[in-house]
Amino acid sequence: MDREIVVPGQLLSDNTNDSGSGTYVKEGKVYSLLYGVANIKNKISVIPFSGKYIPSRKDFVIGTVFETTSSNWIFDIGSPYDGLLHVSEYPRRVESSMMREIFDIGDCAILRIKDVDASMKIELTLREKGLRKIKGGRLLEVPSTKVPRVIGHNGSMVSMLKKETGCEIFVGQNGRIWINGKDENMDKLSEAIDMIIRESHTSGLTDKISRFLQVEEKTDDTTVYEEAGDTDIEQGEVVEDINSADEEYSEDPEKVDETSRKVDQLLDTEEN
Amino acid sequence: MANKPEKFIDENGLRLDGRAVDEIRPMTIEIGVLSRADGSCYLEWGKNKILAAVYGPRELHPRRMQKPDEAIVRYRYNMAAFSVEDRARPGPSRRSIEISKVSRDAFAPIIMTKYYPSAVIDVFAEVLQADAGTRTAAINAASIALADAGIPMKGLISACAVGKVDGQLVLDLNKDEDNYGNADLPIAMTQDGEISLLQMDGNLTKEEFKKALEMATEGCRQILEIQKEALKKKFASHEEVVESLVEVAEEKAEDIQNEIELIEEDFETSEFEDEEGIEVIVVKTDISEPADETSGEDFTEFTEGEGSKTDETEDPEAEKVGERYEQ
Repeated sequence: MDREIVVPGQLLSDNTNDSGSGTYVKEGKVYSLLYGVANIKNKISVIPFSGKYIPSRKDFVIGTVFETTSSNWIFDIGSPYDGLLHVSEYPRRVESSMMREIFDIGDCAILRIKDVDASMKIELTLREKGLRKIKGGRLLEVPSTKVPRVIGHNGSMVSMLKKETGCEIFVGQNGRIWINGKDENMDKLSEAIDMIIRESHTSGLTDKISRFLQVEEKTDDTTVYEEAGDTDIEQGEVVEDINSADEEYSEDPEKVDETSRKVDQLLDTEEN
Repeated sequence: MANKPEKFIDENGLRLDGRAVDEIRPMTIEIGVLSRADGSCYLEWGKNKILAAVYGPRELHPRRMQKPDEAIVRYRYNMAAFSVEDRARPGPSRRSIEISKVSRDAFAPIIMTKYYPSAVIDVFAEVLQADAGTRTAAINAASIALADAGIPMKGLISACAVGKVDGQLVLDLNKDEDNYGNADLPIAMTQDGEISLLQMDGNLTKEEFKKALEMATEGCRQILEIQKEALKKKFASHEEVVESLVEVAEEKAEDIQNEIELIEEDFETSEFEDEEGIEVIVVKTDISEPADETSGEDFTEFTEGEGSKTDETEDPEAEKVGERYEQ
């Protein structure tokens, strides 16, 4: 796969059929619209390094209420445009006098974008599985362009983070990440996410983060493990080595929360 | 303050600061210098020092200023009180309001405002130190800051000035040349040479003007190269770190050799080719949902938290499906 850092106005191709997202066509040639990485698959698209989150239909987002009306909650979804959650999109019937009791100002929720019209009026919904009000945990904010890095190839990064820290994680498309778990685990996890954002343009990132977390975890009892981590570059090998050879390590997954383990197992089987 | 020099160009054809008549001043660009801005750039051009910041696209208030079909661009050119030898009176002046207006218009041909209806893109260009040609320097810096903010643009804008001293055309005036010269012609253009800003102070003949335009085009082309290089360098720093470490190693001999090897090893594994940046994941919470319902959509998602029993709307039997789509 061909990767290159491009700047706005850079010529990408002479074939107008190659024009993907983040590009424009002028006089039969394709140019970049953005500062980012050009990605050549069947079409050439440019993935920007930065930029505001622009809502689109069916995105999952995390929003914060900043205003309530008699029939709508207005959510800040980290974009130039506000999101509206109408009472009818709440799973139960709500009297207009009860609005503040369901969602008060400052409350957060995992939402899905139901519709976006041409004037960028954003309609949100809470009537789907997995969508709910957020109670407890922490909210992190990262640039929305880095969200694919946090999720990783096939969700590898998120499942790795979950496995290593035992925290619940939800990544919204708007760059807001909700995490929940033990305080010290959340500290570690936010550090790891910071690291992902800082080094998002490098590759081999999942392995690097995984090593970072494992080294942190085992700073006191890990001579055996650290050696393994340093000598083996392939992540797969590292994990195998440890699971089979290192008794100390194999105890660790036991501590991980039962539910997230189940989820991970499900994920693994689905992937295979 | 220096008085008017007797001659601006010496017998060797060199100018007061030793440049040739068609040579621009050295330019250095730093990107992403402000953490709270969406895009920023610090630019030094000769003795000019400019800080540019871009915020947005963001919500525009008051609402009556919003355009329902496109974003508006606001550009603020401001000279710091300490930027010139005699203290400049702070706040907008006739001059800075005019420069803000023409600079904003200079970006009109490239910024894709249609992508962000009723929003605003704010550009701030602060002159920290002035030495002639600040409006062109500010435009060059703002252009980089806009790119850094991830604003979709058809290209970059580059700007430079041509002037006349001692009856001869010179590229990129410095302060003395500007103060005592006969003409000043700042020009901004797109990469295709489409002029988006042109002002003139002083007098030029028709022939001189044509020549000046050619010189400015060449100057802008050089500046565009500097801008592109600066943008491409920002994320290439990985390579440089490794290289500079190797240099240190040669000087200090063997004691840190092991460390270097480790770093190089890391570097080898981090070529710019993995797939994570563009893969898209969907984990749906309902297994019975038809899979193709979401295919072809550009979205990335990952849900979790089915395990928590706190939510009354939740179905404890729900299963998760990991699916992968390509954008």
